[in-house]
Amino acid sequence: MLRKFTLAGAAAFFALSGAALSHDGPHPSDAQIAHIAYTAGQIDVAAGRQALAKSRNPAVRGFAEQMVRDHSAVNQQAVALVTRLGVTPEANPTSATLTAQADRQMRRLGALRRAAFDRAYIANEIAYHRTVNGALSGTLIPNAHNPELKSLLETGLTLFREHQAHAERIARRIR
Amino acid sequence: MVPFGYRAAIAAGAMAAALLIGVPGEALAAPATYTVTIRNMRFGAVPANLRVGDRIIWVNRDIFRHTATARNRSFNIDLPPSASATMVVRQSGTIAFYCTYHPGMTGQLVVAR
Repeated sequence: MLRKFTLAGAAAFFALSGAALSHDGPHPSDAQIAHIAYTAGQIDVAAGRQALAKSRNPAVRGFAEQMVRDHSAVNQQAVALVTRLGVTPEANPTSATLTAQADRQMRRLGALRRAAFDRAYIANEIAYHRTVNGALSGTLIPNAHNPELKSLLETGLTLFREHQAHAERIARRIR
Repeated sequence: MVPFGYRAAIAAGAMAAALLIGVPGEALAAPATYTVTIRNMRFGAVPANLRVGDRIIWVNRDIFRHTATARNRSFNIDLPPSASATMVVRQSGTIAFYCTYHPGMTGQLVVAR
């Protein structure tokens, strides 16, 4: 179950390659899509927590708080949905790649301090949301069969586009 | 005992006074209460014919925290998930509003005096 996910060390990842989310081969199932979406959300929650532990910039901290809040909310909804549907999220190479990249990125960001961290975190958030949004619109939403899962992913896409725009605004201010 | 004619005159006078000081019925109408619902990262339809003194109940049906914030700062309503909040419309004119957390969520109130 998703509740048993352990994403210890998962964090944001920089310049996530498009291939990581392109999902080669057969179309992903709803169980795999749920796993990927949940993993992506947890990664950004972890990145937000890292930012809250390291950053003193009010704009960056406000953004990080919102990432933790919004992505946690989507994932709580996802857990409730798959539980109700009796779907067991299925681990897959895409989720594994996401997690591995996130681990690397967390270590990279962990070595940075103050303004350098702030800039790297926000740049990463822009790249991360751009990639996830591309995957949602291009792969995950079109392949989702269950209407409720599809609807949740669509709401997520609207939300994450807001996050990307928000991160881009902050990036212009802390350049 | 007051003579009938006198009473009639008083009644007629009262009616005339009521007519004279009367104001258009619309302005006498009690303030209206409207609901604007947020769902799926969007503000729902806003009421037409809003007037100063009317109430708006902002309802957040999303799982995300939102705000309804006037660009001119005349109101700023915090809306935690599944919460609602009531405000009285204090200002006439066209008032654009948005969610401070998700600025792509926008709308506008058109308020008559």
